[in-house]
Amino acid sequence: MIQAIAFYMFAVLLIAAGTLTIMSRNPVHSVLWLIVSFFNAAGLMVLVGAEFIAMLLVIVYVGAVAVLFLFVVMMLNIDFAELRAGFMKNFPLGIAIALVLLAELILGIGAYGAGVLELGTPDGSAAPLLGRSNIENIGALLYSDYLFLFEAAGLILLVAMVGAIVLTHRERATAHRGHQDIGKQNRRRPEDATVNTRPEVGKGVQL
Amino acid sequence: MIGIEHYLVVSAVLFVLGVLGIFLNRKNIIVILMAIELILLSVNINLVAFSAFLGDLTGQIFAMFVLTVAAGEAAIGLAILVIYFRQRGTIAVDDVNRMKG
Repeated sequence: MIQAIAFYMFAVLLIAAGTLTIMSRNPVHSVLWLIVSFFNAAGLMVLVGAEFIAMLLVIVYVGAVAVLFLFVVMMLNIDFAELRAGFMKNFPLGIAIALVLLAELILGIGAYGAGVLELGTPDGSAAPLLGRSNIENIGALLYSDYLFLFEAAGLILLVAMVGAIVLTHRERATAHRGHQDIGKQNRRRPEDATVNTRPEVGKGVQL
Repeated sequence: MIGIEHYLVVSAVLFVLGVLGIFLNRKNIIVILMAIELILLSVNINLVAFSAFLGDLTGQIFAMFVLTVAAGEAAIGLAILVIYFRQRGTIAVDDVNRMKG
């Protein structure tokens, strides 16, 4: 009973927050509603016992992606009213396509409920072991069967990070004080920069 | 009793909301990116629901990979948005035709 109440609460809030995300006038409000929908999706995943993905959703999506969105929305000085134009013009077409898509998906789900197509069933090799937590099970699978995919995911994140930095990094046109010239630094040799002197007692060093 | 169909319906509705968001906010690329995040979230709910109900953890592993790609995509998309705004002073995407594509 309490599971059903929790499910409906999370589901209704998720869909309401999703609707407000795409309907809000102000993109800042959109980002905040997006955060609400991520939290509710995490709740839905906790209900079926996928705690690790739920926590990942809260940490990665809410903590990083949504804050990144918020940062960009607030950093760019944009006239959002102008971008809003055409909202009502696109409304009928958008609703029509959305309804067709929804009908298709519901039909697909109904067909799934009527009987599973025999496309192959899980062979049990990735079945969660009883007595171990979700995270232990995922870790055991991720670092054995999916090790190379896991490393590929890391590579994707590295490339995305380097790409984002390269794209947004701006080289200053005027070399300000303290500007670092790496080529000049690398060309510098000890014999050009230092001299050995043996000053006599009581006399200074000629520079 | 909550079955897998409940989860699939929620995921389908969220997916449709994401697609609708792309259609409604044709000019505002920030909201388009957020709508794409909603679509990927619905895909994740779908994967996790099937994973839980079939008793196979592969779905959760793949949900994690989808999450990775979504994070990378958001970072690159917002970086492109920032440099576009820096050059043009606007982010209206319906007149993006510099590359004549």
